[in-house]
Amino acid sequence: MDTQAILHVQNLQKHFPIKGGLFSPKGSKRVKAVDGVSFSLARGQTLGLVGESGCGKSTTGRMVARLMDPTGGRIVIDGVDISQLGGRELYNFRRKVQMIFQDPFASLNPRQTVGTAIAAPMLAQKINPSGGMKNRVKELLEQVGLKPEHYNRFPHEFSGGQRQRVGIARAISLNPSVIVCDEPVSALDVSVQAQVVNLLQEIQRDTGVAYIFIAHDLSVVRHISHDVAVMYLGKIVERGPRDELFHDPKHPYTKALLSAVPLPDPNAARLQQKIRLRGDLPSPANPPSGCVFRTRCPLFSTLGEEQQQRCITEIPAPASTAAPACHHSGMAAAALADVQ
Amino acid sequence: MTQLQPSSPASANETGAFLEVRNLSVKFPTDDGLVSAVNGMDFSLERGQTLGIVGESGSGKSVTSQALMGLLKGTSAQVTGQALFQGKDLVTLPESRMRQLRGRNIGMIFQDPLSALHPFFTVGEQIAEAYLVHNTASKKQARAAAVDMLGRVGIPSPEQRYDEYPHHFSGGMRQRAMIAMALICEPELLIADEPTTALDVTVQAQILDLMSELQQETNSALILITHDLGVVAEVCDSVLVMYGGQCVESGPVDEIFYDTQHPYTLGLLKSMPTLNSSARRLNPIPGQPPSLLDLPKGCIFSARCDYAALAGDGVCASTRPGLVVEGGHGTRCHLDRRQILTLRNTR
Repeated sequence: MDTQAILHVQNLQKHFPIKGGLFSPKGSKRVKAVDGVSFSLARGQTLGLVGESGCGKSTTGRMVARLMDPTGGRIVIDGVDISQLGGRELYNFRRKVQMIFQDPFASLNPRQTVGTAIAAPMLAQKINPSGGMKNRVKELLEQVGLKPEHYNRFPHEFSGGQRQRVGIARAISLNPSVIVCDEPVSALDVSVQAQVVNLLQEIQRDTGVAYIFIAHDLSVVRHISHDVAVMYLGKIVERGPRDELFHDPKHPYTKALLSAVPLPDPNAARLQQKIRLRGDLPSPANPPSGCVFRTRCPLFSTLGEEQQQRCITEIPAPASTAAPACHHSGMAAAALADVQ
Repeated sequence: MTQLQPSSPASANETGAFLEVRNLSVKFPTDDGLVSAVNGMDFSLERGQTLGIVGESGSGKSVTSQALMGLLKGTSAQVTGQALFQGKDLVTLPESRMRQLRGRNIGMIFQDPLSALHPFFTVGEQIAEAYLVHNTASKKQARAAAVDMLGRVGIPSPEQRYDEYPHHFSGGMRQRAMIAMALICEPELLIADEPTTALDVTVQAQILDLMSELQQETNSALILITHDLGVVAEVCDSVLVMYGGQCVESGPVDEIFYDTQHPYTLGLLKSMPTLNSSARRLNPIPGQPPSLLDLPKGCIFSARCDYAALAGDGVCASTRPGLVVEGGHGTRCHLDRRQILTLRNTR
């Protein structure tokens, strides 16, 4: 396996200014939607990005595709930092990263035939496929499991799963190195979802494309990803190889998240150790001091006063593949067992 | 429009079931023809029990619940069959009587709490209103009841939260408020239509725990409509699997998962990735669900069924199988149970 990283993301940040009122001038407060995210991705690999809504996973994906401009940090693709590119260079970069969106109904123009939609990226990049544009589009249609005669059809003639296939055909038309998949199967029914997941895996095997797979469904992420990063309030709290992360989660948030997934197996569900988080995600405009997770952390109440002070005052080091972003993860396993 | 079915002599007293649905069908006339959304549903439910109705989009699970709630009255929908709730047929009950039952005896929780809550009224007022409609109480008493209920569903400082508007609430809290509204009159039957689909898993877990707790407290019956087999495995006592407006398999939750009888249910279970089975390739069900405008003459699932050829004589394509119930476990398939068993083990 070729494990050389093609994508390096370092300390990526996205801050949105909060519109100021009369007494607080504009820009004085900021929402840190993404706050210091780092990861890397190798050719032919999939990185799963998971977390609750509002954790910054979609914003991260959109910055990698440069649909949003980062506030800070570096995004290095094939050795080039693309975080500050503009003009001609940005235009050339576009063919390297493509995106698949969640809603197959909103992401296709209802007045465009499927053929036109799939040809659009190639036209925009002034690519003339050998054998002609139309043949190339028909080839792509077949590659994603549709029929060449679908070329002249309109999006409303397709089901959700088929539309998502059109979106995939469009994304792979430029042979990108990275595809950012933002919740690509969450709008689909289970039986159709499996078809699309299989298709994504086949394409990866054939072309060696790397995926950033953003989803809130942990079972799908587990199925498709090689590495997984768990985000909470704009930060990655834990990342690592899939099996390690799912078998032996180290961060209390990862543990809680995994234990909240309902298992389609009644006996396992009865035995499952359930860690319930209290309350909701804090507002990212006003995140807790120190460790952002401490307000909901099941471990926090079991700590001594000195240890709690550390959580309140000290921001944990960013998660690496070796250690999660937690001051006390070493004792997490034992303590959480006691909490239950 | 509702039609009176030539009623079978059985009245509620004979059956005694808390909720008994017989041959319930719903059809919608459209410009393209008659859409058969629900085709002959039969099931029953007792107090204290949780029934999960699972199926994909368009399988008729939400329409079934709307028919039970009488929400299709006054629309163009043609509802036939019987739904006996404590002896009263919800299908033929006049709207005025239905209004008394709704909220008081039957509560409903909808999927999207933001569109189910009125943005101009405080959350508390909306919960208190449900109380005032069904109880002779002063506004003060209603407020007290609503505050108490908000507290019971786990909303912190309910006294202050009472006066806040839906947009002040997070998604999970709105769903809690919806549950408070549905439960304030302590209904005996609660219908929850995808109550956690819009929520994150951690909040979903909280809400499911809360619903089970409250159900145990009040000994009510719960119908949980969902597409998530994980949720079903976690909270339901019995399950009803719907496909193309029909119940294709029904039974106790363990039997549905461990002694699956219908090829569609098998297909659903195989197409799901789970947390502990990452290596294998997913087995999707090929094709698409049938059009409800033009249902096949034979088994509704036959076009997508891997095993249809085994039944022989093209029987799957020509005749629609009936629901065969054995020991509380029903399935609608031409293959006999031994055939299914060998198939389940060989694949």
